[in-house]
Amino acid sequence: MEQIIANGLYLGAQYALIALGLTLIFSLMNVLNFAHGQMYVFGGFVTYTVVVQLGLPFIVGLFASAIVLAVMGAAIEKFLFAPVVRRSKRDESTMLLAAGIAFFLDAVILLFFGEKQRGVPKIVNGVLNLDMRIIMPYDRILIGVLAILLIVAFIAFMHYSRTGRAMRALAQDKVAAQLMGVNVSRYSMIGFALGAMLAGLVGGLLVTITGVNLGMGGPTSVKAFLMIMIGGAGVISGAIAGGFILGMMESVGLTVLSAYGDITYLVIFASLMVFLAVRPQGLMGKPWG
Amino acid sequence: MIGKKLLGFIAFLVVVFVLVPLFISATGRWDFFYTLTSVALLSVGAAGVWLTFYIGRINIGQGAYALIGGYVSTILVTQANVSFWLTLPLAGLFCAIISVAIGFPILRLRGVYFAMVTLVLTEVARLTALALPITNGAKGITSIPLPGELSIFGLTIIPAFGTLSNPRFGFYIMAVLLMIITYLVLWRIVNSRLGHLCRSLQQNEELSASIGVNTAYLRVLAYAISSFFGGIAGAMFASIAQSIYPSSFVVADSVNFMLYCFLGGLGYVFGPMLGTLLLYFGWDLLSIAREYQLLIYSGVMILLMLVLPNGVLSLLDKKEGSR
Repeated sequence: MEQIIANGLYLGAQYALIALGLTLIFSLMNVLNFAHGQMYVFGGFVTYTVVVQLGLPFIVGLFASAIVLAVMGAAIEKFLFAPVVRRSKRDESTMLLAAGIAFFLDAVILLFFGEKQRGVPKIVNGVLNLDMRIIMPYDRILIGVLAILLIVAFIAFMHYSRTGRAMRALAQDKVAAQLMGVNVSRYSMIGFALGAMLAGLVGGLLVTITGVNLGMGGPTSVKAFLMIMIGGAGVISGAIAGGFILGMMESVGLTVLSAYGDITYLVIFASLMVFLAVRPQGLMGKPWG
Repeated sequence: MIGKKLLGFIAFLVVVFVLVPLFISATGRWDFFYTLTSVALLSVGAAGVWLTFYIGRINIGQGAYALIGGYVSTILVTQANVSFWLTLPLAGLFCAIISVAIGFPILRLRGVYFAMVTLVLTEVARLTALALPITNGAKGITSIPLPGELSIFGLTIIPAFGTLSNPRFGFYIMAVLLMIITYLVLWRIVNSRLGHLCRSLQQNEELSASIGVNTAYLRVLAYAISSFFGGIAGAMFASIAQSIYPSSFVVADSVNFMLYCFLGGLGYVFGPMLGTLLLYFGWDLLSIAREYQLLIYSGVMILLMLVLPNGVLSLLDKKEGSR
């Protein structure tokens, strides 16, 4: 039982970090970023390149992922999303753009990094063994703690910095924020860059444990969508809650339901649809998002 | 005005039934028949997605209904020995009934929430197909017999596909006919009272509810019609491929159905047809670019979105052009 909870917390911390980036982008621009999973994979590959091919320390790789993805996010927002949002008749048109970017990133990853599974050697060795009840490798604990630290840092940034306040104001009411002198286009760009950066950081963290490959992008996006639906789209606390809930459900489901075959995700999806039928806005979302 | 539309329709018929086959037999690219058949069938599914767009919902769940339709038709043909031509409407009806049950709660959702639930629906369909015994799990159902002959009062309307010298051509004709019927139905719906009511839902649901439009009934109806299209497209697909697997229609296919609509233009009935043709056929043609296929494809998609954010058919929009 303790093992299940420990696994759930570890999964949840990573999931929450992925969901945070997605929900940030959604709350600022009302864009469902289909390319989020691909950004995550890209971040993983950047870390891999820096650490394995250039032989630099892991922390450098992590920073490189964050910077590359932040720049990429800012460029995508400024040159692609902003013009389309301005000119299209319906908000949903950005979905085609987002899906196009997802395909494009897939193609770029394929050309630059190939289709092989890539991993980074363990950063710390050894396994924590508490009485045979919780068994967890030290590197997973380290990554889990790092993920939680990043989440705390992100929340602190959103709450106490000037940029964070501006972005929260934008998420609440775009027009009002604009009237108060918030530069909408600038903070949209910063928000997108920040969201992409978070995706890159998670990719960099996870490449040490599970590795990355080309095919991971799409399923990761779907999982991230699930999390922000559970918690409520566009709400930061909701994304964190959604991430941890999904992590727990996966961990519990894989143990409890394993006797019935591979139906964990079927059960999760089905219960999610029932849940959303009862509470459409998720746990903490605003009605009609 | 009517005459002009009729002329356009006849020109379209001539192109798809005379010029395209002539062109293909002249160039010898028989594989184009298969590609174009896929285009026609996918555009039937996309027509359904377009109808849900028309009531203001983003539908990324058409893959689920295509999969369900495919399985219903296949299971009826292989296990109950029902004629394929009877299973085609049955598959559509089955999907419509399921979509009413699912749609009733989830159609209360809007915007991104509805989109994401329908996306999840595709995964649910795939995982259910993997878990159920009747669908034969991951192995799928293979070697489905080709459609037999359809006759009324001894009069053969459609010959058995097994006896045709060129079944590919037969499938092409069938698929295109299905597409034409679908779009005629769609066009009729949009230009009827129902269509006007749907448009009011797209613009402002509360307002139309307040003047007495039964919005709950309307959106379930539109969703059911949409799923019907998805079901028959999937059934036909399974029959052409003569096999169906849980991975025949996945999330990527659902997303593609939506993209076809976007690319063609959400404001135009024939948008999804054009979008499907451009994206699917373009993808097929780009296979000569080998490893750069996806790069060029997605690059063009992004560019099109930047230049024509309201779809390719918005080129025809004269008001927009003169402004």
